[in-house]
Amino acid sequence: MVQIRQSTIIDAPIEDVWSILRDFNGHGRWHPAIAFSEIDGGEPVDAVGSVRHFRLADGGELREQLLALSDKDFRLSYCLLEAPLPLMNYVASIRLKPVTDGNATFWEWRSEFHPPAHRRDELVKLVTEDIYQAGFEAIRNLLRERPAAVPLQARSPVVAMTPSAAVPRIASTIFSGQAAKTRAILVERYGGPEVLQLKDIALPPPASNEVQIRHTVIGVNFIDVYCRTGYFDLLRPPGVPGMEAAGVIEAIGSEVSGLSAGDRVAYACPPVGAYCERRNMAPDLLVRLSDDIPDETAAASLLKGVSASFLLHDVHAVQPGSVVLIHAAAGGVGQLLVRWARHLGAMVIATVSSDDKARIVERLGAHHVIVYSRENFAEAVMRLTSGAGADVAYDAVGNDTFGGSLASLGIRGHLVSFGQASGPVGNWDIGRFASKSITISRPNYAHYTDTPAKLSPHVERFFAALRQGVVKIEPPRRYSLSNAGDAHRDLESRRTTGALVLVP
Amino acid sequence: MTKIYVSSVIPAPAAEVWKVVRDFNALPGWTPFVTESRIEQNAQADQIGCIRNFVLRDGGRIRERLLALSDYDLSCSYTILESPMAVENYIATLSLTPITDGNLTLAEWQADFDCAPEREAALTHQIGTGVFQAAFSALKQRFGR
Repeated sequence: MVQIRQSTIIDAPIEDVWSILRDFNGHGRWHPAIAFSEIDGGEPVDAVGSVRHFRLADGGELREQLLALSDKDFRLSYCLLEAPLPLMNYVASIRLKPVTDGNATFWEWRSEFHPPAHRRDELVKLVTEDIYQAGFEAIRNLLRERPAAVPLQARSPVVAMTPSAAVPRIASTIFSGQAAKTRAILVERYGGPEVLQLKDIALPPPASNEVQIRHTVIGVNFIDVYCRTGYFDLLRPPGVPGMEAAGVIEAIGSEVSGLSAGDRVAYACPPVGAYCERRNMAPDLLVRLSDDIPDETAAASLLKGVSASFLLHDVHAVQPGSVVLIHAAAGGVGQLLVRWARHLGAMVIATVSSDDKARIVERLGAHHVIVYSRENFAEAVMRLTSGAGADVAYDAVGNDTFGGSLASLGIRGHLVSFGQASGPVGNWDIGRFASKSITISRPNYAHYTDTPAKLSPHVERFFAALRQGVVKIEPPRRYSLSNAGDAHRDLESRRTTGALVLVP
Repeated sequence: MTKIYVSSVIPAPAAEVWKVVRDFNALPGWTPFVTESRIEQNAQADQIGCIRNFVLRDGGRIRERLLALSDYDLSCSYTILESPMAVENYIATLSLTPITDGNLTLAEWQADFDCAPEREAALTHQIGTGVFQAAFSALKQRFGR
């Protein structure tokens, strides 16, 4: 038997490092050796017993089972079930410890296994260097490249704004003991879904420039997960997550005009704080709902719909006959992009990670669906377009797909990188883009939506598309507000395809 | 039960740091707050059960019994028998873990004890900062950083 023990210091708080490592499926996003990973059977990513099935960059496929996970001890262990290499009886564990003088993290990765004698040195070197040391470096880079307040978005759109003045005010009133209270999901420390706890928090009357909204349905987006784990500091504990909701105005401040109590409204914007029964907020970015838009539809789709609108019309104006490549097409924004791009007359090539998702996207009307875990999508795009390539690629996957997206583009193609679910895209030499005169965009949700003048055309266009049936919003999966943790577990496990909402 | 946990990165290999801290009688040699120390009854300093009797810079006298010592785990545990600090059931563990990346050492020092509730904050600060962290800072300096 050989024992391997590797350890390092990561210059980041233990909660930040743990929030990445505790996701048993997350290695597909950050470890350079891994091309693709998914959890078998849609088990939650932190469920002991769940099995991750992943593929290496060289094509080898492995399955590993989670044996233990402790958020208290910052520890998890797992074993290998299937591998293309004789790492017999491989059992490994990851353990974090805080370095209290300096806010850094000690990370130890150890394992034991029984290699055949003649391959012992080779396998020890592989595990030590290519898996553990490369993993240390990848996490170090990931945390270094992560700007504190600028979200790196994933399957739902990018919402980037510096925390507004309203955030500390919410936090500071939580324990102020005022008479008026509301039920809210309070994050008192960054962590897993279990930190989403229902609490009573203070709710003062709206300030002169605010309205008070009673939420009826609250949207759940992947950015809420990043707020919960501390990946983005849009939320600073203690705070209430959530960027999207629909509801009814119950009270208005003295300086507010144009809105009145009883109005039905929705919003999709910072500051965080939507996971609650009632909240106060500035009215600038509220959207008044007409009678034919149900609250549930608005809460499930406004953020995603507005994103799809500016991606297809402003960031790149999709024309009839355009060849459009859409990654993560079964995701929230992806589904809207597929339907909408098709409506605009484009030829839609969609990529997904599994056969189940492929069937969903086919039903949405994609002309071609590629399961990118199985097929080289860049080659497929070239084949489908007789070598002409795509006019535009919508890529929220990031690291795993960025290079392939570039390769899929035709002359004067446009790569729209609006998220990085699989990790940052790294450094690219733009000189090489001249070979096809490629244009790259990295849009930020806030820059297209942070004033009423910018936001309203997208809202109107999205609602019009809904009314005309251009896009459809499937009934979202509903959770009670108190079960927000379950909603996050399901979202993170990647077993969901449509939208998720919370009902107070 | 009050718990204290302090950890630090020492810029030296764990084996070298262990040579310094494993000697239960060596506090005057590596901490800034102990002036003299002896092992009672001529016992060996690595004998489980031995008692160190030492004097702090401020004159206070402390007697501690070695409860465990592992050259495999690079850790030792001890309990306070007598001190001016008014703590009970005090058990502390000092342990080292190699950091293979750079050949450094993670040093951890933790303590569990009971005390009067109004003394808890002051004792936590005194022990965590004044003793454990101060000793780690001295170790860092000793090994060159």
